[in-house]
Amino acid sequence: MSPDLLIAVAAMGGLGLFFAAALAVADKKLRVEENPMIGRVHEVLPGANCGACGYAGCYDFAVQVVEGNAACNGCPVGGQDTADEVAAVVGIESVKSVRMVARVLCRGGRKEARNKETAYIGPGGCSVQNIVSGGNKVCIYGCLGGGDCVAACAFNAIYMNGNGLPAVVDEFCTGCGMCAAACPRNIIEIHPIDRDVFVFCKNHDGPKEANVLCDASCIGCGICARKSGGAISMTDNLAIIDYEKLDPETIPFDKCRSGAIGYLPGRAPAREAEMEESREVDLVKKIRPFSTTGRSIRKEPG
Amino acid sequence: MELLLIFISAAIVNNFVLAYFLGICPFIGVSNKVSSAFSMGMATTFVMTMAAIVTWMIYYLILQPFRLQFLQTVAFILVIASLVQFVEMFIKKASRPLYRALGIFLPLITTNCAIMGLALFSITREYNFYQAVVFAVGAGAGFTLAICLMAGIREDLELAEVPKPFRGAPITLIVAGIMALAFSGFAGMI
Repeated sequence: MSPDLLIAVAAMGGLGLFFAAALAVADKKLRVEENPMIGRVHEVLPGANCGACGYAGCYDFAVQVVEGNAACNGCPVGGQDTADEVAAVVGIESVKSVRMVARVLCRGGRKEARNKETAYIGPGGCSVQNIVSGGNKVCIYGCLGGGDCVAACAFNAIYMNGNGLPAVVDEFCTGCGMCAAACPRNIIEIHPIDRDVFVFCKNHDGPKEANVLCDASCIGCGICARKSGGAISMTDNLAIIDYEKLDPETIPFDKCRSGAIGYLPGRAPAREAEMEESREVDLVKKIRPFSTTGRSIRKEPG
Repeated sequence: MELLLIFISAAIVNNFVLAYFLGICPFIGVSNKVSSAFSMGMATTFVMTMAAIVTWMIYYLILQPFRLQFLQTVAFILVIASLVQFVEMFIKKASRPLYRALGIFLPLITTNCAIMGLALFSITREYNFYQAVVFAVGAGAGFTLAICLMAGIREDLELAEVPKPFRGAPITLIVAGIMALAFSGFAGMI
């Protein structure tokens, strides 16, 4: 063998050995001791790094749980199963957690909401529409229908229905709140899954305006509040529910003529469901003529 | 004066990304947001500077005396990979916040061709030690500039209605091409 080759082999081998040794020493000297529990907690977490727990990611949440700063049920995505597993790893008793899901609090879809006389033409996203001109609808509080919430959902749990409103698939929804954050109109809220009654409107306009611009708006009449025993309060022409005090039995749902307050679809008790139907018939009779003749706002632009 | 020229040449005129097309993977991959793009730029600058120092020493203290220049590619790969590993361990021990901020970027840079290109360039151009260091800092600054500009454009692109086939990487590559064209206006200034 030529000496050149020997030198080359020796030099490269030496370099390699030197760096291997340096890294081995560094690994020993610079090792950072970590609580092995953190790794085990991290393993049982969903690993979506969505940040719904309020920490920077699943790893950060695991660290906080192990250090005792976060509750074992702090992960809304994992739900009760994950809470139990985390509790088992950390060695504490599990806390019952109610599953949270997103709720869309606007029923002003294409059928119900009035459109402006000028059509909006431009990028479709809600955030853009909201900044540029407020979209097609007259209502400045309602759903823009641009689907920013659908794009924000990492779990395919929200879609635009045929009426141009987002709909939540409870089975897929993890309650992470990304859709709520994406909505520029703040009509999506995160609620416990067993909550049935909602005010499906965010409109703060007075009765006259609210009545004209959408068939499904809360006009602020306050009938529901008067009978609720303090569970519903009126704030700026909008009914707000205090779920601590709410007793659905006392709320006169049939008196709400736009149906702004009511049960989630499919959640109403049998008696209420009947009323729901009869009121829809009423709606067509009562409100349509009033809203179309009362103001010059046309349903379709152009 | 000469050092300043080397710096400007590496940062703007002969920008690593836009003139030499080195380091395209992080340039496309980590340019979604300005904040993460800036972190990537800083991490790259840091590793580039460290790598330039160490590879310069390896070349002139080991490879040249033993006439082993033909081994430079292999030796540099070895050096850069070990160096990044070491730096990662050191930062993890020394500063947890910095380690978190650099995050996954640091190990990613190990396999970045811009680092290798930098080491080889400073050898072929026969830079002395100080020139090599300034060249590395300049190249890092140029990389940061390019990736931050790109991230800024891409943040605005999010709002634009891009035809479906061009969404994502294709439109990014087109933008990169246009940026490279713009930067070619600097060509020949130094």
